[in-house]
Amino acid sequence: MSETEFEGIVDSPWSGGHSPFAINSKKLGMWLFIVSDTLTFSALLVSYAYVRLSTPDWPRPFEIWPAIAKSSFMTFVLLSSSLTMVLGVAAAHKGDVKKTVRYLIATMICGIAFVLIHATEWVTLFDEGVTPWSNPWHVPLFGGTFFGLTGLHMLHVTIGVAYLGVICWGFARGKWNADHVEVSGLYWHFVDLVWMFIFPMVYLLSVNPK
Amino acid sequence: MSAHAQAAGGEGHVVGSAKLFSKVWVWLLLLTALEVFLAYERLAVALMLTILVGLSLIKSALIIAYFMHLRFERLGLFLILVPTMVFCICMMLIMFFPDSVRLIHMRPN
Repeated sequence: MSETEFEGIVDSPWSGGHSPFAINSKKLGMWLFIVSDTLTFSALLVSYAYVRLSTPDWPRPFEIWPAIAKSSFMTFVLLSSSLTMVLGVAAAHKGDVKKTVRYLIATMICGIAFVLIHATEWVTLFDEGVTPWSNPWHVPLFGGTFFGLTGLHMLHVTIGVAYLGVICWGFARGKWNADHVEVSGLYWHFVDLVWMFIFPMVYLLSVNPK
Repeated sequence: MSAHAQAAGGEGHVVGSAKLFSKVWVWLLLLTALEVFLAYERLAVALMLTILVGLSLIKSALIIAYFMHLRFERLGLFLILVPTMVFCICMMLIMFFPDSVRLIHMRPN
């Protein structure tokens, strides 16, 4: 086999020697994790929607203040954190370390704000007697699905803040490069994306229409 | 570009501008505002669920395409990730609407 023929074979992305997706393994790994985590959240959301539709006396406790106003603001905070994250990734690829660190810190502040506002909302619900097991309307599935979904999401945001903190520290010290920042960004945007489903399905479907 | 900046830059390249990302952010906020507005319209729960999930799908498509850069990646990556995921979610939804609505009628009075 001549050398040119051999090169021709290797040049095809599907014949080995190349990544068919032209991305690094970290990024492909994160994408695969995101797909599997999407299915976890999908299963939870589908089961929630199922009990929501099949329960005619589903409680509608969310007033404009505090629940809807707070959760709308939380959506704004999370969307803004995605914007700072994507700008941080762009700055990282340009090699601007200072700007990247600033954007990552802004993203983490938004994440922490999200968790704190969410926590105050949970406390309000606890005060009203709504827990994961019981509530004043005798529909225990309301608490089970609400706290299960929002709790798992809150856990993801908390882990995301810690993850970004580690990446930010490592990037500032030159330990890691822009690819690491980009992969952490994928995770962060995914957390934002999940909230885009939880907010309308959990909050907006249970608003008090009065 | 300095050596440090080059090392920090990694293998990837910059795609999309700050203007484009801000535009996507504004659209996401507008769609969210529309969802909140619709929540106060008195629609049937099943219809409301369909509309809200539809709007959320548009929002997630924007996030995946622009913020997660999938639009700028090779088509192969999209093809291996998205259709399989959509198929799995569709499998979860088989019989979803007829069955969940049937349960309401099966309740003892």
